[in-house]
Amino acid sequence: MRIAKYIGIRLLYIIPVMLGVTILVFLISHTIPGDPASLIAGPKASKATIERIRHDLGLDKPIYVQYMIYLRGLLKGDFGKSIRTGIDVATDLKKYFPATLELTFFSMLFAIGAGIPLGIISAIKRNRWPDHISRTFSIFGVSMPVFWLGLLLLLVFYSKLKILPGSGRLDTILSPPTHITGMYTIDALLTGNWPVFISALTHLILPAFCLGYVYLAIITRITRSSMLEVLNKEYIETARANGIPEKSIILKHALKNALIPVVTIIGISFGELMGGAILTETIFSFPGVGKYVVESINYLDFPAIMGFTVVVTFIYVFMNLLVDVIYAFLDPQIRY
Amino acid sequence: MKKKMPLTLYLILKSPLTLFGAVLVILLILMAIFAPLIAPYNPNRISLREKLAPPSLKHPFGTDEVGRDLLSRVIYGSRISLQVGIVVVLLAGIPGILIGAFSGYYGGQFDNIIMRLMDIVMAFPPLVLALSIAAALGPSLVNSMMAVAFIMIPKFSRLVRGETLSLKEKPFVLATRAQGGKPLYIIFRHIIPNSLSSVIVLASLVMGDAILVAASLSFIGLGAQPPTPEWGALVSVGRKYILDQWWYATFPGLFIFLAVMGFNLFGDGLRDILDPKIRGR
Repeated sequence: MRIAKYIGIRLLYIIPVMLGVTILVFLISHTIPGDPASLIAGPKASKATIERIRHDLGLDKPIYVQYMIYLRGLLKGDFGKSIRTGIDVATDLKKYFPATLELTFFSMLFAIGAGIPLGIISAIKRNRWPDHISRTFSIFGVSMPVFWLGLLLLLVFYSKLKILPGSGRLDTILSPPTHITGMYTIDALLTGNWPVFISALTHLILPAFCLGYVYLAIITRITRSSMLEVLNKEYIETARANGIPEKSIILKHALKNALIPVVTIIGISFGELMGGAILTETIFSFPGVGKYVVESINYLDFPAIMGFTVVVTFIYVFMNLLVDVIYAFLDPQIRY
Repeated sequence: MKKKMPLTLYLILKSPLTLFGAVLVILLILMAIFAPLIAPYNPNRISLREKLAPPSLKHPFGTDEVGRDLLSRVIYGSRISLQVGIVVVLLAGIPGILIGAFSGYYGGQFDNIIMRLMDIVMAFPPLVLALSIAAALGPSLVNSMMAVAFIMIPKFSRLVRGETLSLKEKPFVLATRAQGGKPLYIIFRHIIPNSLSSVIVLASLVMGDAILVAASLSFIGLGAQPPTPEWGALVSVGRKYILDQWWYATFPGLFIFLAVMGFNLFGDGLRDILDPKIRGR
């Protein structure tokens, strides 16, 4: 059970990182110029009111005590109240998260589903035209400002060609499916609501492509270089010499080993996806946590911004943990 | 290093993508330096009669909501983006290199603590951390550069730490140490200068990244504020007009894309050239 031990160690390692993340976020939220108490109280509040709010928020206590209070709140899922909406940040995040989850899921599906085959083709047809096309496509991807790509997609497919919807999650005439997971496509499937399913799916095409493109570019690149490296290995030569068909060499012998670095990059680049979601959701008025945080910025709503930061970072850290676990299964050489 | 230059230059010229990247970077630099000479109009000249005019011979990129010439604004915007790239590389590179070199050289618990701190910074999705720092500091170009620089520090420190670990076992370093060379002397005289070729590659890639992240921050309202002709801010305002006045957001965005691609291609190409193991792949 060495894998179990390895996973255990990785889990333990996450604790200090998570604590560090909360400390950093706490410190950032304490560098806010101006006083959060007077910010919440509003411009017309009396001195006494501001003092009371300061006391209620615990801002008059020493900083490490404030951090302990903050941490205790976090552990209970309490991110404070949003200045903009006046309700708990946790409630807001819970409301908007399913949309973001659905969007990132479809983006990943697209990026991994297209990126790995593109990378393989690129490696097999190295330095021939399929390779050149695939490389150009991925060079464009890693340099593309997500928000600009989104605008161009809107311009072409929504405004000019009028073939795809450009904002929201559903046609306005439809009402959302019965809430089960909060992800419209899944909820519609579970309740057999086809019109909603199709509408939700078409509303995902442009945002998912926009968000997934950068990710696709990264995955294509890594798959290509990793395949090239593996295809030069001696055991591949041996397999060829033994007369094993090329297709089986590529798909069975080479791909499995080439995928190891691809899995790592899928984990690391997931951070790009979370960042990109902020921009994509803003462009496509897609009501997820990314759009929520941008709206919060306009109101300098720090509890909301910091709550978002902590939650998204935790997800990113767990994603990387998951990747490490998959890695351990894929590569038997990796052992602690 | 000196002897290597002609070969490096030769290899750059032989690699079309690297050359293309270098050309884009050089054009960007020229555009920034000679902005007043190239720009057909004053970028802040308002002409309400010509507001939101489509691209024409008079205004090749069209005009904005108060009739300013977008081509001139985009040209002047190159100064801001280049400045962002350079400032971020310096603000992240100098502390990053020092942290990496000292951490790698001294090793032990000190190194352990420093690297765990870097892990914490890297645990955040980059744009998300930059966003919360920039929001806390307040929306401005300077604050957004500081936020972007902060998230880039670990890239430099991890790279230089790795170089230091291998350099400090090299005979010439061991010899200096045996002759009584002090750690500070070894770090500044041997370790850092010998890591510079990898640092330059990283710096080019970070330039591109920094321009992209800073533009993204401006786009969501946390970087340069309108009417500064910063590219991200231009796209942000132009977004309101995208369906009817497509040119407003399209051209500034195109320049972000080209600038970032230039630094990426150049950095990637340089890395391949400086690392002979993967050369020609």
